[in-house]
Amino acid sequence: MAEITYREALKRALREEMQRDPTVVIWGEDVVAYAGGGAYGVTSGLAKEFPGRVRDTPIAEEAIIGVGIGAAMGGMRPVCEIMTVNFTLVAWDQIVNHAAKQSHMFNGQIKVPMVIRTPNGHGRTAATHSQNFDAWFAHVPGLKVVAPSTPYDAKGLLKTSIRDDDPVVFLEHLQLYGTRGEVPDEEYLIPIGVSDYKRRGKDVTLVTWGRMTMESLKAARVLAEEGVDVEIVDLRTLRPLDLSLALESVHKTNRVIVVEEGWRTAGLGAEIAASLQEMAFNDLDAPIARVAGLEVPMPYAKNLERATLPFAEDVVAAVHAMLQKQY
Amino acid sequence: MDKENLVALYRQMVLIRVFEDRAAEMYAKAKIAGFLHLYNGQEAVAVGAVSALHPDDDVVVNYRDHGWALARGSSARAVMAELFGRATGTTGGRGGSMHLVDVRNRFWGGYAIVGGHLPLAAGLAAAAQYLKTGRVTLCSMGDGSTNIGTFHAAMNWAKLWNLPIIFMVENNQYAMGTHYDVHSAVPMIQKAAGYNMYAEQVDGMDVMAVREAVCRAAERARRGEGPSFLDVVTYRYRGHSMADPDVQRDKAEIARWKERDPITRFATEVLLKRNLVTPKDLDDIQKSVEQEVEDAIEFADKSPEPALDTLYDYIYQQPVRNMQIAGSLIRPPTIAKSVPANGKHA
Repeated sequence: MAEITYREALKRALREEMQRDPTVVIWGEDVVAYAGGGAYGVTSGLAKEFPGRVRDTPIAEEAIIGVGIGAAMGGMRPVCEIMTVNFTLVAWDQIVNHAAKQSHMFNGQIKVPMVIRTPNGHGRTAATHSQNFDAWFAHVPGLKVVAPSTPYDAKGLLKTSIRDDDPVVFLEHLQLYGTRGEVPDEEYLIPIGVSDYKRRGKDVTLVTWGRMTMESLKAARVLAEEGVDVEIVDLRTLRPLDLSLALESVHKTNRVIVVEEGWRTAGLGAEIAASLQEMAFNDLDAPIARVAGLEVPMPYAKNLERATLPFAEDVVAAVHAMLQKQY
Repeated sequence: MDKENLVALYRQMVLIRVFEDRAAEMYAKAKIAGFLHLYNGQEAVAVGAVSALHPDDDVVVNYRDHGWALARGSSARAVMAELFGRATGTTGGRGGSMHLVDVRNRFWGGYAIVGGHLPLAAGLAAAAQYLKTGRVTLCSMGDGSTNIGTFHAAMNWAKLWNLPIIFMVENNQYAMGTHYDVHSAVPMIQKAAGYNMYAEQVDGMDVMAVREAVCRAAERARRGEGPSFLDVVTYRYRGHSMADPDVQRDKAEIARWKERDPITRFATEVLLKRNLVTPKDLDDIQKSVEQEVEDAIEFADKSPEPALDTLYDYIYQQPVRNMQIAGSLIRPPTIAKSVPANGKHA
């Protein structure tokens, strides 16, 4: 088992699925030659390996998604890359009014087996380029939404997403591309809709996904030194939402904090907190807390950007607050 | 075309006309709800275009889609039942008037977000090209959709990739109630020039002219010569939808266009003139069509509403584990498909 980056894990998934199925293609902005392949390097080298199957497209996100939907209807399995999640807004009509509607509205006659790969993230790129729309996608019936946190999950979930017969929004993260983790050489798949424990513990349950799983793990190490033992549930799939492990964990710890990167109001954390209290109210020893991004358009300045985003220290502070309060 | 096929074109146009008139009646009787966009006046476009295509070519259209579904072979019963919101409709009452579909005929649906289906059509054409199926995609749209971003994105992409697609504008000169001169900066045909795309202007009130233009465009596509753009000039006799009181259009303008009625013209200038039919034959066709539509109405009216327990069916083609968990109440779909989704790809 080798340790590879999240970026490399994604690339291996793409390569394996392209080798397996000739109808899998990659279309997106600058996926062929720019910087070796992909603005963030995920597709580098694949165009050479698979001639004619990795194609640069115009900067027209509504067409990248729309053409992908049509190609999926016509018998292909396109993987459409949208350079960052911010640009999916240009294609929102195609994603919500078309990709998500086809199967149900046309009574099962049309399927759309496509993957929309796009990264969340930030990096001193200011308000229009530093957003997180996990909750928006997760709100839409008809979409499957996946947000892996580790190289292992990224590879297994991307392979499953490509084979899935429904449109899958595959949310990567700029800050995760360079992170490393163990990935087996042999093939494996991870099912969509199955959450995962990333740390076992007994004191407080952290329910999270994506980059915040990594921040939660960092927080857990700090807390462990203080003798606080947190359990971390990584949702991995945001729609359909699998809260079974979160629920199991709450029965044990009786305390839950939802940790998300996006804006707090009407965020996914609100949904998770509401659902958990509906199902496990009597198990809770404290109100469910949320760690979330501050509700401002992201500023450029280094200190302001950092203040806007949640990090491990915010998770630590939330755990402290929860354990210190008396109810 | 032989006599039999010419008469069939005529019958299809009459069927659409009668179907739409009766649908309007059913709307007034509140048997049909929501938006109902009628095709009266534009019959030659769908009928002429479909007659030029192969049975396994792909057809994608906008929400003014009853005529297209009928021309492409959906039964009047299934279409009327869909307008009634019944289980026996083209989508079992899911989509209604604006979202008819019949994938068995590779009729990929009516789409109700203006311009939204254009990239999808380009995608179907891209699949035909990649999979080397030899299929051509016909994408119909209104003149109002030629100003939105997806129009330009799809035109550019289709030309760039040399896709086997026909972009056909049903240019009835109104974007809902706004006249072409108010909504568009340049003449329609000029919009193709921006993408160096083969283009023709076509008399949309002449079924044979539409047929021939689509034949030429389809042959170009099959020869690998890429996309075509057809500006099919037509007119709709009724308002944008049944919700439109149609007060903004000049009544004299409507009357002038009715003088060029595609059904009357085809009857007098082709069928009767060439002695292919007698006036009695035309009467018989009229009667048989009226009977077919009456039967469709009876069928729709007697059909059951969709069963409530089908509500969650097909939200996903492929259900996943744990769907019932959490507050989302998502249920796995019932797997009961008589027709495989997306038909057969080979």
